[in-house]
Amino acid sequence: MVNTAHSPTASHGAEGTRRDFLYLTAGAFGVVGAGATMWPFIHQMNPSADVLALSTTEVDVAPVAEGQSITVSWRGKPVFIRRRTQAEIQAARAININELPDPQADQARVKKPEWLILVGVCTHLGCVPLGQKTTDQRGEFGGWFCPCHGSHYDTSGRIRKGPAPANLPVPAYEFLSDTTVRIG
Amino acid sequence: MATPSSSKFFGNPVVKWIEHRLPIFSFVDHSLGSQYPTPKNLSYWWNFGSLALAVLMVMIVSGIVLAMHFTPHVTMAFDSTERIMRDVNYGWLIRYIHMNGASFFFIVVYIHIFRGMYYGSYKAPREILWGLGVVILLLLMATAFMGYVLPWGQMSFWGATVITNLFSAIPLVGDYIVTWLWGGFAVENSTLNRFFSLHFLMPFLIVGVVVLHVWALHVHGSSNPIGIDAKLHVWALHVHGSSNPIGIDAKGPQDKIPFHPYFTVKDAFGLTVFFIVFAAVIFFAPNVFGEPDNYIPANPLVTPEHIVPEWYFLPYYAILRAIPSKLLGVVAMFASILVLFILPWLDTSRVRSARFRPTYRWFFWIFVADCVVLGYIGAKPPEGWYLHIGRLATAWYFAHFLIVLPFLGWFERPLPLPASISEPVLKGAKATLMALAIGFGMLGFGAGPASAAGAPKPPAQKWSFDGVFGTFDAASRQRGFQVYREVCGACHALKQVYYRHLRDIGFSEDEVKAIAASVEVTDGPNDAGEMFQRPGRPSDRFKSPFANDNAARAGNNGALPVDLSLITKARPGGPDYLHALLTGYSDPPAGVKLSEGMNYNKYFPGNQIAMPQPLNADQVTYADGTKATVEQMAKDVTTFLAWAAEPELEARKRMGMKVMIFLVVLSALLFFVKRKVWSDVH
Repeated sequence: MVNTAHSPTASHGAEGTRRDFLYLTAGAFGVVGAGATMWPFIHQMNPSADVLALSTTEVDVAPVAEGQSITVSWRGKPVFIRRRTQAEIQAARAININELPDPQADQARVKKPEWLILVGVCTHLGCVPLGQKTTDQRGEFGGWFCPCHGSHYDTSGRIRKGPAPANLPVPAYEFLSDTTVRIG
Repeated sequence: MATPSSSKFFGNPVVKWIEHRLPIFSFVDHSLGSQYPTPKNLSYWWNFGSLALAVLMVMIVSGIVLAMHFTPHVTMAFDSTERIMRDVNYGWLIRYIHMNGASFFFIVVYIHIFRGMYYGSYKAPREILWGLGVVILLLLMATAFMGYVLPWGQMSFWGATVITNLFSAIPLVGDYIVTWLWGGFAVENSTLNRFFSLHFLMPFLIVGVVVLHVWALHVHGSSNPIGIDAKLHVWALHVHGSSNPIGIDAKGPQDKIPFHPYFTVKDAFGLTVFFIVFAAVIFFAPNVFGEPDNYIPANPLVTPEHIVPEWYFLPYYAILRAIPSKLLGVVAMFASILVLFILPWLDTSRVRSARFRPTYRWFFWIFVADCVVLGYIGAKPPEGWYLHIGRLATAWYFAHFLIVLPFLGWFERPLPLPASISEPVLKGAKATLMALAIGFGMLGFGAGPASAAGAPKPPAQKWSFDGVFGTFDAASRQRGFQVYREVCGACHALKQVYYRHLRDIGFSEDEVKAIAASVEVTDGPNDAGEMFQRPGRPSDRFKSPFANDNAARAGNNGALPVDLSLITKARPGGPDYLHALLTGYSDPPAGVKLSEGMNYNKYFPGNQIAMPQPLNADQVTYADGTKATVEQMAKDVTTFLAWAAEPELEARKRMGMKVMIFLVVLSALLFFVKRKVWSDVH
């Protein structure tokens, strides 16, 4: 704005250079100030301190029997905790991982083979797949089935068929004891 | 066509392509650019229109952001506001901008209005322009009032009650209207909800009327300090490059200059100077315009002792109370603003500027003083001399409009008017200084809370967190936390503080966990549907000593131990008061009889306090070996509670220093740019 100022009396040369320098400096200062002012108004939409403080969840998994699953809430999202049967573990491990859309060994997806812990959000467009209840449809691979657009996950939560591009993610978690898990 | 730089711009093929389809660039150029002729002699008093627009934008942006975090429900409005102050990223900054922005909006708008009165800007042909301005003022007042209700403090609630009850003065249907406004039988959740909705809507109505206001302004252009119509001759030659000026006296000198760059740069400089004052309040005195009572959550069962509106409503409030009739008081209050609509016809003088009206000039300043007196009276209790002065000032307010102005036009002998705007542009620095002086004058005048009756002013203490550079004394704050935890916490809650916040006062992650785990909190329901107890976590609020207020009363002889989260902000005198209260216990003086179960405290309003002396020497054992005298503990716990009330204090001052330095440099740069740009006009 300011550098479009027109001054018919100002001559070229030293006087003009000084003037341009002044206008440019002021303009640059204004732009930097406006930019810095925007940051608080952008950052306020990031998670606030109270939301960040709730980013871990502790779960007592003692009541979960073999073959059963529970769903807990972590950061507002469902987390699937399944206590797998030996058959399910073997099914997950007895395949050639190179044939998978998102190749990953089951061993890399669990800390204890028995306990499979996943973020229960379909990697396609964010629906919650079925398969937590024993009566649910579990898809062609015995894991989870997303009814929104037909993605099939296996007993390791890996994508096997359908539009989803990636396996169900494994959240950061830690076994505080044999029966207590801290997610996050 | 116009200046070389702008003709270069309009010659650009992309600009041409857009212009052919949507002539937006020439629209801007005609509205605020090189094609808008502006009198060259406008003083800095003419900056306040653009300043008002800037504040409106600041308020809309900060308000939309606050609405993202605020919850308009009676149980959550206060707490969600505190969450904004404590946990939302930069929430304290945005809220303090919005809260103080309301006050600065009125400062700017009032100066803008008084400028219009002094220079007769409302006179023909600008009556509609003026009237639209009065509409904006009314909308602004309604918006500010509803916004003040939202944080749901004591003043919010009782302000809402008093103002909505004004409508009950309307004969026959008044009570129905009030019930309709409330959506219930008192100010309650439905009222809060609709006020939130309307508070969000009204700024956009204001924007609409501002568009009309600016449109009307552009028809005849700005008035000017001389008050005579500016000649366009040389400007027209200069800009249009033609010898065919638009029907204006061709013999006049160069009276008008293009808005851009002359007034864009002048307004930009004025804006940075304004932001310096605005930022000083936001960062270093953010509660100077506020009432401590509004940091006490709304309580529909107890009215604060002194209800005062925000400072910008005080003159109207004084007029309301001056008249000993409910209906007439309300009528007078509204009339005090509505009379502005007919001001252009009440003023019979044909001379615009007070510069050429020697008698009116006196009456103008008397009127300004009258408004200040009304504001002062509005802040005082309506009794004794205050009431008499308030009545006189009210009478003068109306006499000024209804008697002085109509007759003065006939009797006054104006000074001879100059033939054209030949006078040099006003000395800017002087006008700016005057504006600042008025701004600070209003500031000081708004900041005088009514002191509590029956208690002396608490003696001023030296606090580590005082002043522009003050920070909390970390050791004292930690000791204060110990005092709170071992003594005050037995009865007083600290609900707005979470255990995780203790990291900010120097506790490690593990120490915070241990402190949190030392209490049992109720959680649940579990899988069996039952509530259960678990150790506290850092993400929990400080556990309250009582399950609810009733339990707290029952355990304390009927007196409710107040929540201490905001105590230093919620009492006049702040930390000084708290310190004085904690150390102010003594035996009652002879002749004072205490009620059953009460204690004597010199600094407590009314001197009788239910809380027995809380601090006794060596009540706690400080780990750092500091001797736990009553004085020491009072200082420490006050420091801790000052932090609990204003956890953002250090970050706020640090940011404030940077912002102030930046704004001073920027305004200095713009000052020189302005001087350079204007060098060919002077």
